[in-house]
Amino acid sequence: MSFINYSSREINCKIVYYGPGLCGKTTNLQYIYAKTNPEAKGKMISLATETERTLFFDFLPLSLGEIRGFKTRFHLYTVPGQVFYDASRKLILKGVDGVVFVADSQIERMEANLESMENLRVNLAEQGYDLNKIPYVVQYNKRDLPNAASIEELHRLINPGNVPEFQSIASTGWGVFDTLKAIAKLVLQELKKGR
Amino acid sequence: MVTPQFVMYEEEYQRIAAVCERLCRDANANVVFLVDKNGQLLASAGQTDNLDTTSLASLTAGNIAATGGLAKLIGEKEFSILFHEGERDNLHISIVGGRVILVVIFDSRSSLGLVRLRVKRASGELEAILEALTQKIQDPAAGSPFAEITDEDIDNLFND
Ligand SMILES: Nc1nc2c(ncn2[C@@H]2O[C@H](COP(=O)(O)OP(=O)(O)O)[C@@H](O)[C@H]2O)c(=O)[nH]1
Ligand SMILES: [Mg+2]
Repeated sequence: MSFINYSSREINCKIVYYGPGLCGKTTNLQYIYAKTNPEAKGKMISLATETERTLFFDFLPLSLGEIRGFKTRFHLYTVPGQVFYDASRKLILKGVDGVVFVADSQIERMEANLESMENLRVNLAEQGYDLNKIPYVVQYNKRDLPNAASIEELHRLINPGNVPEFQSIASTGWGVFDTLKAIAKLVLQELKKGR
Repeated sequence: MVTPQFVMYEEEYQRIAAVCERLCRDANANVVFLVDKNGQLLASAGQTDNLDTTSLASLTAGNIAATGGLAKLIGEKEFSILFHEGERDNLHISIVGGRVILVVIFDSRSSLGLVRLRVKRASGELEAILEALTQKIQDPAAGSPFAEITDEDIDNLFND
């Protein structure tokens, strides 16, 4: 749910990076954080375990510039991927404006991808959202790995709805900003529609 | 969509900010801020200069969401007040009108009793303002300032 503030002339939107454990969600945010000007970003917060696995969420506030005199601010969140953190994932989806599904391209992670996507669909539905109707893009991450599935295969399994899709290597940053721009754009276009 | 867009207008913002200012004074608090349940900062008062209010807002909402989840698990609806006691500063967190979160940061110059008392009064006032805001947002004539943005406006954001 976007938040338009006439008083501070700001528009705030919430984008959630979703996907199976270790697919590269946190790495996406870390790269965005590292490459953004200090004045355009806030602190990145990671609520992680001692072994660096996301425990609750990562959070990164980002300013993208102005539209018609309104500052556009995006709050990026990641969810913890492990199956047993489902309760936390549901909380983070509250009030979401757009979702990036980060898939792990490795063939042996295909089942985990599908399971996570189904989990996303169910958790969104619980909040009254329909994955087919909200701003949604897919990212095929870890394209550098030798055991990566083909794009055709990934497309067939993960993106039957044919939403915007991007290849990426989050650890080097390739594809990270393309993905972010695409989802931000969709979210703003949704705003244009009114609600 | 389930929840309509949340909008803050100048008039309501001024009224909310005034309530926060007064609460901060009356409760002898260091900082007061108001956050919506999705983690967006609505207003703040007091010594916020060295405070990362954006992070505070997000973590407060996460905190409320997590304790709300805990409440459900044990059969409670929600914990409407949370209190965190630190060595120097304390946090008093309460839910107003079921939808926004009021946070008061205070030290030994104040007390939990005083904060509670003042929060109670401020909550009533905030609830009334939020109710008025909700009415205004639901007015079909309200319109969105973004209804008229063009694809070009959006593209321009990303031209760097
Ligand atoms: N080879 C490779 N490793 C990646 C890529 N993206 C992320 N990783 C690594 O995968 C691991 C898990 O990433 P992380 O972002 O923590 O996953 P998360 O659980 O989705 O947040 C880390 O060791 C990353 O460095 C990628 O594109 N290629
Ligand atoms: Mg993570």
